Amino acid sequence: MNARDRILGKLKQSLAGTTPIADDYDDALLTAPWSYPAEHRVTRLCSLLQAVHGETVLTTAAEWPARVSEALASRGIDELLISPATAHGQQFAGYLALNGLVTRLKAYDRPVEQWKDELFFSTPASLTGTLGGIAATGSLVVWPTPAEPRLMSLVPPLHIALLKASEVVDNLYQIMQTQRWAERLPTNALLISGPSKTADIQQTLAYGAHGPKELIVMVLQDA
Amino acid sequence: MSAHADTPAIPISFKRRAHDAVHDAQLRKNFRGAMDFLMAKRAAQFPDGDELERLRAFGNRVRARALSKLPDLLQRLEANLTRNGVKVHWAETVDEANAIVHQIVAAHEAKQVIKGKSMVSEEMEMNHYLEGHGVDCLESDMGEFIVQLGNEKPSHIIMPAIHLNAGQVASLFHDKLEVDYTEDVDRLIQIGRETLRRKFFEADIGVSGVNFAIAETGSLLLVENEGNGRMSTTVPPVHIAVTGIEKVVENLRDVVPLLSLLTRSATGQPITTYVNVISGPRKADELDGPQEVHLVLLDNGRSQAFADSELRQTLNCIRCGACMNHCPVYTRIGGHAYGTVYPGPIGKIVTPHMLGLEATRDLPSASSLCGACGEVCPVKIPIPAILRRLREENVRPPAAEPHHMRGQGSKYSRRERYTWKAWRTLNTSPRLYRLFGLAATRLSGLIPADIGPWTEHRSAPKPAARTLHELARDHLGED
Ligand code: SF4
Repeated sequence: MNARDRILGKLKQSLAGTTPIADDYDDALLTAPWSYPAEHRVTRLCSLLQAVHGETVLTTAAEWPARVSEALASRGIDELLISPATAHGQQFAGYLALNGLVTRLKAYDRPVEQWKDELFFSTPASLTGTLGGIAATGSLVVWPTPAEPRLMSLVPPLHIALLKASEVVDNLYQIMQTQRWAERLPTNALLISGPSKTADIQQTLAYGAHGPKELIVMVLQDA
Repeated sequence: MSAHADTPAIPISFKRRAHDAVHDAQLRKNFRGAMDFLMAKRAAQFPDGDELERLRAFGNRVRARALSKLPDLLQRLEANLTRNGVKVHWAETVDEANAIVHQIVAAHEAKQVIKGKSMVSEEMEMNHYLEGHGVDCLESDMGEFIVQLGNEKPSHIIMPAIHLNAGQVASLFHDKLEVDYTEDVDRLIQIGRETLRRKFFEADIGVSGVNFAIAETGSLLLVENEGNGRMSTTVPPVHIAVTGIEKVVENLRDVVPLLSLLTRSATGQPITTYVNVISGPRKADELDGPQEVHLVLLDNGRSQAFADSELRQTLNCIRCGACMNHCPVYTRIGGHAYGTVYPGPIGKIVTPHMLGLEATRDLPSASSLCGACGEVCPVKIPIPAILRRLREENVRPPAAEPHHMRGQGSKYSRRERYTWKAWRTLNTSPRLYRLFGLAATRLSGLIPADIGPWTEHRSAPKPAARTLHELARDHLGED
């Protein structure tokens, strides 16, 4: 007998003659206290994100590239990690071309091993999409993809995320159910609720622990 | 308990350390401040007492349901993880778990391991074990990093370096990292960030714990604020997660109430910065993520707790730390005095299963049974009742059946048994009782000034000149 069989054997023996407890899941308790009128959802999400040093910008589907450009310029950043394979990547590239801007666009188009050094030490900013937002906790739903891999929202010191206002839902339970997460989880699914932080030294909050020091959420109000 | 004789794994000298801690003014100040802070933060997250109570009851049911089908869920978890490409390993003891980790490390000829926060790896003393095999094991959670730098152990399960203030961390960084002395917390964190970023980059293997293992989807869920957990589980080519066999939940949706209870109870946050759900290694078309993911499921005494329906509730624990934050004993002596990986109330009820009652015999009685821990526990573990139960197991005759715990009867003393038997006879026999009363009042001068432990902290009792019965009879004018 191996460890597995011995452990399972002991556990089964301890349960002999008992019946499993039925699932009396109380979804009302996870939704009712965390529901908001449609017009308050975005406000709540933004104020929760701001409370943890997240920056939120209310903009539109047409205007956001200009806002992103401004955010980069104000920080003296002249390059951005963004996927050319996504609609937003193409839109941003188009905007730069049209306006004759020189921001260098970098693509995450090869396995991390081939450009780890550059990703870690000379990629100041990234932009990714999101699958929605959660008003209850001020969270972004991010599912990395081959076009926007896992480290894109983690390693660069500035992470800019696009969020469609229409995709901000009330609470986690709701989005899990409507997007049928249990049937289709990717290899890595994330909730991101602000820039990286820690209170490990004398309970003093400090931002930019290991992940992004700054998170800017572009809320597309008409999308 | 591990095999290393040079590590202080046996908490037998609890009393001595508690005594020293109580007299350490700096330590007491650090803990008092930290606990007040954490209690206030938690309270602010639960403005609606009714919601809190209903959610706790819900959390308790979710955990109890998972435990009521634990072997099935573990098998489902294993099947689904395997389907997702994660390799599952089982270990009955910490030595087995370390050997499994070492095998993986050796197969990859790994030299550097970077760790996200994991209490189970502390239980295994994995750092020490791997170092003994020539492998560098670096902690990446800021608190754990500080503690490791100072050659210490975590003093809290959520905030490992809570026993230190900024000045103490500043000195440590100055000494060990050779940076300019600064008490500026932002600067200190940036020093940590720069030091560790290089290490994430270089590491061959990442190790992490698990907050919830989801049977339905074959997923591992981790919560954190710093991003080191995501780094450790994403950057190195191999990720090893280690966790206890009790951490499994049935369905993905079961994590919703538990997550809310966990982050609000632990640090008073509506949610942590990152909730990281891992369901497999990098796929062929993906550009990052580990090529291999392993899960080590550790028993280490948990199946002993599982065998008894009362003690089983210990395994409901979601490791939020609220019980220690609210414990008057923990607040005064800090985490190190316990000498165990898990300090505070949860430590007192879970460690005896890991190390046996012999090594932990003082822990169940190091409590005033004030009940605070049971009141705040988000999954409603009746910690005070379990402490009383462990006290009982501590004094049952060592050979008595049924035998629930390793080290049963570690405080058993024949003399104590006889004393209590005599006490019972005395109190249930009126004639004997009257005789005793007379003797005690009339011969009170013979009571010695030193009666063992009683007079260590109190003066010796002085019986009145006449018994209560006599006085009452006088009062009623009877003869
Ligand atoms: S026993 Fe309860 S309060 Fe203590 S750490 Fe576990 S879940 Fe939290």
